[in-house]
Amino acid sequence: MKLTLKIWRQKGPKDKGQFVDYPVNDVNPEMSMLECLDVLNETLIERGEEPVAFEHDCREGICGSCGFMINGVAHGPMPATTVCQLTMRHFKDGQELVIEPWRASAFPEIKDLIVDRRSFDRIIASGGYVSVSTGNAPDGNTILVGKEIADRAMDAAACIGCGACVAACPNASAALFTGAKIAHLSVLPQGEVERDHRAINMVAQMNTESFGGCTNIGECTGACPKEIPLEVIATMNRDFIRGSWKHRDNEVKTITPMTEWSTGSKLKIDPHATS
Amino acid sequence: MSTTAVNLPKSGKASFWGSTNGKKVVMAVTGSILFLFVIGHLAGNLQIFEGPAKLNAYGHFLHSIGELLWPVRIVLIISVLLHITATVQLALLKKKARPVRYSRKEAIKSSYASRTMYWSGPIVLAFVIFHLLQFTAGYIHPESQFIEGDVYHNVVAGFSVWWVSVWYIFSICLLGLHLRHGLWSMFQSVGFNHPRHTPILKGAAAIIAVLIVLGYISIPISVLLGIVK
Repeated sequence: MKLTLKIWRQKGPKDKGQFVDYPVNDVNPEMSMLECLDVLNETLIERGEEPVAFEHDCREGICGSCGFMINGVAHGPMPATTVCQLTMRHFKDGQELVIEPWRASAFPEIKDLIVDRRSFDRIIASGGYVSVSTGNAPDGNTILVGKEIADRAMDAAACIGCGACVAACPNASAALFTGAKIAHLSVLPQGEVERDHRAINMVAQMNTESFGGCTNIGECTGACPKEIPLEVIATMNRDFIRGSWKHRDNEVKTITPMTEWSTGSKLKIDPHATS
Repeated sequence: MSTTAVNLPKSGKASFWGSTNGKKVVMAVTGSILFLFVIGHLAGNLQIFEGPAKLNAYGHFLHSIGELLWPVRIVLIISVLLHITATVQLALLKKKARPVRYSRKEAIKSSYASRTMYWSGPIVLAFVIFHLLQFTAGYIHPESQFIEGDVYHNVVAGFSVWWVSVWYIFSICLLGLHLRHGLWSMFQSVGFNHPRHTPILKGAAAIIAVLIVLGYISIPISVLLGIVK
C-alpha cells in the first residue's frame, strides 16, 4: 500500500521545525508504524538524507519509549495500542498521516519525534517508591493483599510512562501519569505507610514542572495505551487533600527541573550530535 | 537523571492553593455552592406560575430578611470570585503548558461540555451580570418600565422583548452544559471516583442539567407564548 507521511522534522531543541511530506510506496499492511518509519529511514539513508529520529525500545508495547501523534491522536487511531503495536492495515491505501511529536512545555523537543520526558522521572523520584527495611527477605504472605486491591494496584501500575496522557490532554496535564504512580502504591498496604508524603511531594513536583492543570476532561484515558482509568486521578486528589491536611512539617521536597542536556547529563556524549 | 532536591517555600507551588489540584478542590466546593444557588433560584422563580401575588410576596420575603440575605450574597460573591480566579489561573497555565500547538488534534473520549467549560463559564458570567442589571438593579429595562418590588411585572415585561428571552435561553443552555460536566467533575476533584458509582453520577449530572435548563427556560417561553402575562 501507498501512504504519505507528513512528518515533523526538527534538527535540535533550539531549531525551527517544519512538516516534510514523505511518500512511502512499499508499505506492507503487516508492518507496525515503527517498521514503516524504519523502511522510510532506509530510503532516506540511501538518498543520503537525515533519517527521522524517533524513540523505541521493546517494540511490544510495554516499555513506553515510543509514541507520537498520528492524525491528531496520541499513538494513532487504535485504542490501547502503542505506535510500535499499531499495524499499517488500520490505515487506508493512499492515506496521509500527519505525524508530530508530543507537544508540551514539560516535554521539550529534542529532535524530530523525540521529546525530553525527564519531567516524568522527576515526578517518580519525588515519591514513587516504598521504603523497605533491609535484612532478611520477609516470609511470603506476611502482608495480606486482597484480590480487588491487587487488581486496582496492577491496573494503575500498568502505566508505561509514555506521555500520551500529557500529549492528548487539552491542558497538557500530567495528572493521569502522576495519579497512576500514586495510586498503584497508595492502595497497597506496603505503600500506605508513606501515603500522605508521597501524594504531596509528587503533586508538588508535578506542579513544579511546566504541566497544565487537570480539569477532568478525560482525553488522557482515551489516549492511554494501557487504559489507565480516570479513577487514579481521584485517588491522587484524595491522597493530596488528606496529605495537605495531615502533614505536620512544612517540608515539601521537589526536584529542580533541568531541561538542558549539558547540565543534566553526566554522560560525556552530545545527544544533539548529528553524524 | 541528574537532579537537585530542594525544599519549596510553603507559598510556592507546593501549597494547597498553589497546586493545580488545590485550585480544582476550591472550584469544586465553590461550584457546589453556586449549584445550590441555581436550585434555590429556580425554586423561587417557578412561583411565577402561581400568579403575581405569590411571586411578589416571595420577592418581599427575600428583602425582608436582610440580615440573612447579605451573608448569603457575600458567600455567593466570594464563591464566584474564587471560582473565576482558579479558572483564570488554570487557563493561563494551560496556555503556557503547550506553547506549540498541534497542527491537528482530535478529541476521542471527552464530552463536548467538558471541553467548552472555558467558554460556557465566561458567557454565563456575562449573562449573570446582565441579568442582575436587568432584574435586581433595574438599570436595563428595554421597552418597559422597571417597577421596584413588582417582580412579576418586571419578569413579564422583560421577557416580552424577544432578544432578552433568546439571550436568556441561550445562556441557560450554556449553564446546563457547564453543569453537565461540573456536577460530576466536582466529585472527581475532591477525590471521589468509583467504577460503579461514577457512571451513575455522570448520568445524574446530565439529567439534573436538563431539568434545570427546562425549568428556567419555561419562564421566558411561557411569557413569549402568552401563558404568563
